[in-house]
Amino acid sequence: MIPLIEREIVTRGWLTGQEFVNIISISEMTPGPIAINTATFIGYRIGGIPGAMLATVGVVLPSLILILGIYIFLSKYQQRQIIKDTIYGIRPIVLALIIHAVILVAVNTYFKEGTGIRDLLNISTGSDFLEIINPVTIAITVVSLIVLFLTKIHPILVILAAGAIGVILHFIGVL
Amino acid sequence: MIPLIERELVDNKKWISQDEMVDILSISQAFPGAVAVNTAVLIGRKLGGYTGAFFALIGVILPSFLIILIVARLFIYISNNSIVIAALKAVSSAIVALLIYAVVRMWKAGIKDKISPIITLVALLLLLGARIHPIYVVIMGILFGLIYHGLRILKIRKKQK
Repeated sequence: MIPLIEREIVTRGWLTGQEFVNIISISEMTPGPIAINTATFIGYRIGGIPGAMLATVGVVLPSLILILGIYIFLSKYQQRQIIKDTIYGIRPIVLALIIHAVILVAVNTYFKEGTGIRDLLNISTGSDFLEIINPVTIAITVVSLIVLFLTKIHPILVILAAGAIGVILHFIGVL
Repeated sequence: MIPLIERELVDNKKWISQDEMVDILSISQAFPGAVAVNTAVLIGRKLGGYTGAFFALIGVILPSFLIILIVARLFIYISNNSIVIAALKAVSSAIVALLIYAVVRMWKAGIKDKISPIITLVALLLLLGARIHPIYVVIMGILFGLIYHGLRILKIRKKQK
């Protein structure tokens, strides 16, 4: 759902890519479903409390109607092979959407503000590349990946630890 | 949020069985929308009809709605603070890792044939290169599922002959 929201918000010019990533980060750290937190937050930034309420209703209502309809339908036909195959066909697409979200968040995190995917494609020499990239953020991702794959530490703790490390790195003067 | 719902409704209150919980979870995960909300609404409907679904919805949304309102209000004052910016940058770096981790786990659990990786790649190129709307990619996935189903039926018929 995040790529959908990003697409609408950023192309409409309501928020910049950087602001959007900040809001995602806050929504991840706050309890509750991320897509809804993100929508509520953006609604508040754009239209105050009425904006927050409308954005929340707007993000919940379509999937709510859909899931109730699907549930009633599936309780009747759940064993049908065609339903199982269709759900299977959506899986690679869901993965593509998540990978797309990874790239969006990564570009906004690793590169200096204002760098788009198209700017990256224009880079020809290595020296330009080092000017716009932030190696510390990449290091944090690599360390987080190692921790996630090798230990059973809860993801929320990894996020909180990263935030704390960010503050420490800031005082050292690295980030 | 899911483990919380599960512990409360299956273990503590015994309102639904473990089997019913798994059924509802798999439907919530396969379809669009936030998983926690979908799950809560379906359980609400099972326990109390449409009234139950409505109150489950309010109950699952209201706490985080209020928290976000407070955070969003504070955020305007602190968003230019350099410490906050550094913390947010570090957090979004960790989120990249979290998303990669989720992709790897979903891949291992769900992708078992050789066409799916190609579909994923094509969808990704369409999203990044052509910037097509994500909803069309989802429709593409549904069509892929139907073709996959058609091919399977053909194979079964061939075998029968």
